[in-house]
Amino acid sequence: MNWLAISVTFKLAMLTACALVVLGLPIAYWVAFSRWRWKFLIESVVALPLVLPPTVLGFYILVAIGPHSPLGQFYTNLVGHALPFTFEGLLIASVLYSLPFAVQPFAAAFEQVDRRLIEAAWTLGVSRVGTFFKLILPLSVAGIVTGFVLSFAHTLGEFGVVLMVGGNIEGVTRTVSIDIYDEVQALNYAGAAKTALFLLAVSYLILLSVYAMNRKVWTVWPQR
Amino acid sequence: MAAEMIVDIAKSFPGRFTVQACFSVSVQPPTVLILFGPSGSGKTTILRCLAGLEWPERGRIQFGSDIWLDMQAGIRRSPQERRLGCMFQDYALFPTRTVAGNVAFGLSDLPADMQACRVAETLALLQIESLKEVKPTQLSGGQQQRVALARAIARHPTLLLLDEPLSALDAPLRARVRGELRHVLKQLAVPSIVVTHDWAEALALGDRMAVVGNGRILQVGVPQDVFNRPADTDVARIVGIETALAGRVVESSEGLATVEVRGVALHALAVEGVGADVFVCIRAEDIVLEKGETGATSARNRLQGRVTDVSSMGALMKISLDCGFPLAAVVTRSAVEDLQLGAGTPVAASIKAGAVHLVPRRDTAVTA
Repeated sequence: MNWLAISVTFKLAMLTACALVVLGLPIAYWVAFSRWRWKFLIESVVALPLVLPPTVLGFYILVAIGPHSPLGQFYTNLVGHALPFTFEGLLIASVLYSLPFAVQPFAAAFEQVDRRLIEAAWTLGVSRVGTFFKLILPLSVAGIVTGFVLSFAHTLGEFGVVLMVGGNIEGVTRTVSIDIYDEVQALNYAGAAKTALFLLAVSYLILLSVYAMNRKVWTVWPQR
Repeated sequence: MAAEMIVDIAKSFPGRFTVQACFSVSVQPPTVLILFGPSGSGKTTILRCLAGLEWPERGRIQFGSDIWLDMQAGIRRSPQERRLGCMFQDYALFPTRTVAGNVAFGLSDLPADMQACRVAETLALLQIESLKEVKPTQLSGGQQQRVALARAIARHPTLLLLDEPLSALDAPLRARVRGELRHVLKQLAVPSIVVTHDWAEALALGDRMAVVGNGRILQVGVPQDVFNRPADTDVARIVGIETALAGRVVESSEGLATVEVRGVALHALAVEGVGADVFVCIRAEDIVLEKGETGATSARNRLQGRVTDVSSMGALMKISLDCGFPLAAVVTRSAVEDLQLGAGTPVAASIKAGAVHLVPRRDTAVTA
């Protein structure tokens, strides 16, 4: 097994999931509570990565962060090298690619919070930000953990976007899924099988934990 | 000039009526204003506008010298800026926090020791110190009601808004908690607005009462006056009770109380103690009229009197009587013809003891 690829993948997945908590919570708050008439326009944009072929998304990200784009030029001037085919570039792509996997569970959890509780907090003089941290967040823990784990798991398995934006640089952007593809191309089926089984097991365990956590039945189990 | 709260707001609901409220109420001395009306009449919308949870299309809300809302001038104070205490119909207690955590929720601008002190003081006032560490889901309905009230009053609000404070309780408990609530509101000396559709609550708690119907305020006055003299048939229909008289319990045994109202003794099914000041409430529909003096009846109250006025209320006729005190009865048109009722006709009014309702009287310290 290619442990280097595995460590790159886990690092990428962990950083992506963390970035999505920071970025996804405000977006989800807006999605859940905005009464703007054209809200669905933004909601559709957030959900786009669910249906878009990863190559299409990867292509646009590649162009957007490339050395000829304003964003790419700004970044090059700032740190001295371009974004494509670097770990940072891959991280940006992963965050966009997994956005709906974080935002949708977050927003669903926020929408579950009884509006009257929120209004009660406001009438008690607690600001909107205070209400979010003191009331909404504690009531949405399950949804936030779900969003975190799902975006982590989704990043573990990404392939098309990585190939388009990250390329295949050993120790930098070569992730597990790319490694498996390479092994198969080299007709090393035994190597591919080991890595594939590893990824299967990890993904299964992650989803297992999400479903177990969201199982309401457990809350009525007799307490010991 | 005594401080006043002046409200003039309008909010429309597409496909339904427009809620329009225009009233003023004294906040110094503190007054309990009752917003009385059937469900769907718009009284909760008025309360939500006062709380800043709903924005009217136009209007103005002034509390003392503070302007809370002026749509024309573009002033829209948020609920946080109004220093309110709100109690919601279903209490809306925070499920993840203990009773103490709920009560302390709005106190985060106080230092920690002050917070603890305020929580202890509020829990003591409502006699729920023992529930301090309990989560809301483990509380009974009556306990939840007290916690919700404690949370609302803990940060010493300038105005207390209570939306159907007792409606989630069952009937026997409601009567007891009504007395407690009256006691607490009196002790706090904070102006309060109470939304209700229960006439007993209105009489027991209110200094002033505004009747709300179809989104409009139809009548404002002292509760007893509004019940006795509804301004029109709409108000009469909404309030239901047409006779509300101050009386005193003079005898009480085995669930039957005798009340004296202006020298006339009335029997009621009630367990109030002797000497208690009460409102005696009688629905106009519960009064049976007979002409002349006939024999025995099972009704415990049989009063001799004279008709003072007969007026039309659509299919029914309203008969005003003088039986030593004013009494209003409602009968059909054919009954008026059969009994040949007119001003001055002597009649006997029979009322079953069960139809005479007693509401413990609020110590009428302040009436605006």
